[in-house]
Amino acid sequence: MILKGRVWKFGNNIDTDAIIPARYLNTSDPDELAKHLMEDAGKEFPSKVSAGDMIVAEANFGCGSSREHAPIAIKAAGIQAVVAKSFARIFYRNAFNIGLPIFESEDASGKIKEGDEIEVDADKGAIRNITRNEEYTAKPIPPFMQELISAGGLIKWTKKRIEAS
Amino acid sequence: MTITEKILAAHSGKEEVSAGGLLNAKVDLILANDITAPIAITEFKKIGAKDVFDKSRVAFIPDHFAPQKDIKAAEQCKMLRDFSKEYDLDLYFEVGRMGVEHALLPEQGLVVPGDLVIGADSHTCTYGALGAFSTGVGSTDVASAMATGECWFKVPESIKFIYYGNLNKWVSGKDLILHTIGDIGVDGALYMAMEFEGETITSLPMSGRLTMCNMAIEAGGKNGIIVPDGITEHYVKGRAKREYKFYSSDKDAKYAEIKEYDCSKILPTVSCPHLPSNTKPAAELSSVTIDQVVVGSCTNGRIEDLREAAEIIKGKKVAPDTRMIVIPATQQIYLQAVKEGLAGIFVEADAVFSTPTCGPCLGGHMGILAKGEKAIATTNRNFVGRMGHPESEVYLSNPAVAAASAVLGRIGTPEEVI
Repeated sequence: MILKGRVWKFGNNIDTDAIIPARYLNTSDPDELAKHLMEDAGKEFPSKVSAGDMIVAEANFGCGSSREHAPIAIKAAGIQAVVAKSFARIFYRNAFNIGLPIFESEDASGKIKEGDEIEVDADKGAIRNITRNEEYTAKPIPPFMQELISAGGLIKWTKKRIEAS
Repeated sequence: MTITEKILAAHSGKEEVSAGGLLNAKVDLILANDITAPIAITEFKKIGAKDVFDKSRVAFIPDHFAPQKDIKAAEQCKMLRDFSKEYDLDLYFEVGRMGVEHALLPEQGLVVPGDLVIGADSHTCTYGALGAFSTGVGSTDVASAMATGECWFKVPESIKFIYYGNLNKWVSGKDLILHTIGDIGVDGALYMAMEFEGETITSLPMSGRLTMCNMAIEAGGKNGIIVPDGITEHYVKGRAKREYKFYSSDKDAKYAEIKEYDCSKILPTVSCPHLPSNTKPAAELSSVTIDQVVVGSCTNGRIEDLREAAEIIKGKKVAPDTRMIVIPATQQIYLQAVKEGLAGIFVEADAVFSTPTCGPCLGGHMGILAKGEKAIATTNRNFVGRMGHPESEVYLSNPAVAAASAVLGRIGTPEEVI
């Protein structure tokens, strides 16, 4: 799977309140949540983001609450993938469980700038910066997470297990 | 093995596990609230399971936007009630019987030492104070576990935090954990177990232990945990609804790191905007004026916290330009506070005394900040916009500092008002 898009760059410790403020959590409708994605992050992101864009951030992306509304909103806004130096653990689980592609890469996170055009080869874990003509590597996705991805997320994986038993 | 490894091993039918290993483990209790359960319910129905794995082990607690704050929140809360009726769940807590989930479940003896608990709420790590392994997950994890009774885990590495020395006056579990997060940072324990021990912890009451484990997530931790002892036994005896088991860490257990803190050097501590790790002694922040004070939440909404705040504010008044909101975390705490006269102390001081809710902690309702307003709260997070307007500010503290700040109308220490 090759994902290609324009980058929105964020810093360290982007918390789930910044991704989707709690005041909008009286719904779990993905499209409704997507409207408020990164609303408090102090950028033009909400008005200018378009489907196919990418998010690149520094360390500890998605820290704070367990709200699955965060990766749901990112996915529903059409963001193809999130690349960060590291992810908070509940966000990391949630992303794989719902099928939002995420990649950990120290190198990429440090060098990619806002507006860059990048291409991610999800199978190889290779990230190419088209704008700067640079290449970075992402940490390999653990085998179990790959199993989740190929099953189509945790719900389909669980469904299969129940049907098989 | 560490206590964390032992509990994970026992729940996955293994003799031994070690950090980094991946396993499927049986869960003893699953919980979700009015924000996270609706997604879990929708996803659970997609699995096509005939029933939940055990109707006595799925707890649905409407607490975040409850009492129902608007129509949408009411619809979400109703999903919990409808599902609980449809599947005949034992552990559904209607408004009037509910409380802030992480205060309610230990209080009611529904989580016990040795348990493995998952919850669709990041502060599920609170129950480590009882010697349980408990961690926050997402709604989809909860949906899957509701069907199978199992959840996948990576065995975390553990960091040992040793606390020694006597606590200074007005220093409690909250200050110890804020100080620790200030030291290691908001991702200082990312993916890891935080095991708290030492002579100070041995004499720390259960309320302080619950506060410490509650905030393990604010350092990125997977779980906070304390090896159970006499204080644990005293707390769970007569309360536990199930059999419990005390686990402890082996002498040769492996730790990624060991940190030590001399508690005699820790002062009442405040986390400044906009990260819990941005800590300073309360005494250095006297220039910060305060518009709102909140005493409550899963972190510090227990009876001991209310007593501490009441002791400071008794016979005094909240400053004229400040509002104070006191929120007992459960119905039982509420009733106890009424019986002990604490409710009267707060109301006579011009504070409001609210029904249990998470409310303002996450900027939901019951005390939202306007643009430019500043709050000091006994809650757990101070991210941008956490309690309201993106240009408002939240400072985190223990209940005594919060109450003193209410009287002063600015951040201050208990000594200044007593």
